[in-house]
Amino acid sequence: MRRDTPLFALALASAAALLWFIPFAWMAVASIREAGAGAADLASLWPSGPFGWGNFADAWSSGHFPLWYLNTVLVCGGILVIQCVTVSLAGYAFARMRFAGQNALFALFLLQLILVPPILIVPNLSTLVAVHLYDTLPGIMAPYCASAFGVFLMRQTFRTIPRDYEEAAVLDGATRLQIIVHVLLPLSRPGLAAFAIVSVTTHWNEFLWPLMATSSPSNQVLTVGLATFTAGAEAGSEWGVIAAGTFLVAAPLLAAFVLFQRRFVSSFTFSGIK
Amino acid sequence: MVALARLVARPLIVPAIRKRRSALAGLTPYLLLAPSALFLLAFTYWPVVQVVGGSLTVRGFRGAPHWGLDNYRRLFGDTHFTTAVVNTLIYAAGTIIPSLVLALLFALALIETTRLTGALRTLVALPMLIPLVAAASLFAFIFLPNAGLLDHYLAKIGVAETNWLGNPSLALGSIIAITVWKNCGYYMLFFLAGLAGIPGDLLDAARIDGAGPVQRFFWITLPLLGPTLAFVLVIATLNAMTQIDHVIVLTQGGPSDTTSMILFYIYQQAQQNFDIGRASAATVVSVGVLFALSLVSLRSLERGIHYET
Repeated sequence: MRRDTPLFALALASAAALLWFIPFAWMAVASIREAGAGAADLASLWPSGPFGWGNFADAWSSGHFPLWYLNTVLVCGGILVIQCVTVSLAGYAFARMRFAGQNALFALFLLQLILVPPILIVPNLSTLVAVHLYDTLPGIMAPYCASAFGVFLMRQTFRTIPRDYEEAAVLDGATRLQIIVHVLLPLSRPGLAAFAIVSVTTHWNEFLWPLMATSSPSNQVLTVGLATFTAGAEAGSEWGVIAAGTFLVAAPLLAAFVLFQRRFVSSFTFSGIK
Repeated sequence: MVALARLVARPLIVPAIRKRRSALAGLTPYLLLAPSALFLLAFTYWPVVQVVGGSLTVRGFRGAPHWGLDNYRRLFGDTHFTTAVVNTLIYAAGTIIPSLVLALLFALALIETTRLTGALRTLVALPMLIPLVAAASLFAFIFLPNAGLLDHYLAKIGVAETNWLGNPSLALGSIIAITVWKNCGYYMLFFLAGLAGIPGDLLDAARIDGAGPVQRFFWITLPLLGPTLAFVLVIATLNAMTQIDHVIVLTQGGPSDTTSMILFYIYQQAQQNFDIGRASAATVVSVGVLFALSLVSLRSLERGIHYET
């Protein structure tokens, strides 16, 4: 499609996009610039040496990055696995079955899109304490085990699959559960991938709830770790180390985005809501 | 019609065993919904009930707790809270309007698919991938007085040292800038998808009729972008109410409450003051606002979610 973007608009957008990139540029340059370059050079975006991995080594040893990575992966992975079960079952019910109260229930489910867990930290914390999940990784995962967005997405995805496949399976004597697991889910890979991308991105970046739901350092995730780490390093003005630490937290998703950009963009625009 | 067809199709005499099985089959959809419903009940619906109850429960120094509006009286009598409400309104307007306008401008300028626009889109979209606390760590240095990135380069054009996060009249603006930087690319993606859905013929026809670029934008593009705009507006409002990680990391609501927002106030009451009654009342206020938002927006949300499909 021909749109004829005027040259000045493109030039302006290029300048603005470069401006948008500056924080990342600084992060990259500052994280590999060796300490002792002086305060003025610290703010310079010009990549001037000496370069080295000293900041990364410092960040790695003064934080608990291996533990934070492990906890974050466990939380994101755990949430995703449970969500896949809950949203596939509910998505199937809403996509393929007719039952009393269906529309009202669907509206009730969608309410979670708006009443997101961060707003309900106070009551959810007392629930966690009551069920003895406070300060545990399952406690961080609990409010996210059901996902209105996922239910909606799976409903839409299942609806695009022709019923013929299921009917063939029914003739072979398959139960509903077998149909979902062996027929529909393998055909829903694009929808599941989109859901996985949005879910993992959301929970990798989540901060307030993991901060509130845990108290001991051994249960900290990357974002909570980075916040405590930054507070410590800021006091010592170790900005290169902070840049390296921030890079360590952000790098996996940034790399995934650059590698699978098309996938990410379509997942996010398909979804919109977490 | 459908009901009639079903009635006709139903056999008149149903064997007893078959009947029992169909009664069970009627339960199947509810069983399939049960795992989701269980978690939604525990962590979405019950908390709302709980927080309404908690906000109406008055605990005195002695005697049994009783019902009353005491928590609300204390909440609205607390200037920290009213300040937080005003700040939230300023923050919402200050983040939503600029980020939507910028996102739309980016989308309009980068709608053509070339290698250059692809790269520029990536640059603008990158901030949405990083945690808000990571953005806060980067901006802690950018906003650092004197030695920081912003002051370093502003000094070259003769601007004096500025305490971006410590000056009460600048702090909220600095927090707003971080949010705009972080979310603009996310909204741009929706506008790009929305713009791609506008038929080129329509714009060509307007061009032939002599409509200039500005006229084409206001008379064709913008009206057709309506659903996308409504959808993005809802998400942006939701973000303004629920994303305060950078406030926690960078300013702790200060200086003198200028960056405190409703959710930060709730966090503070729960985390530092242990005033659950007041925290509950404040939560009810924000749940009420979000509930109202959901009433007006569920339809546009639903439309927006599959806008791309």
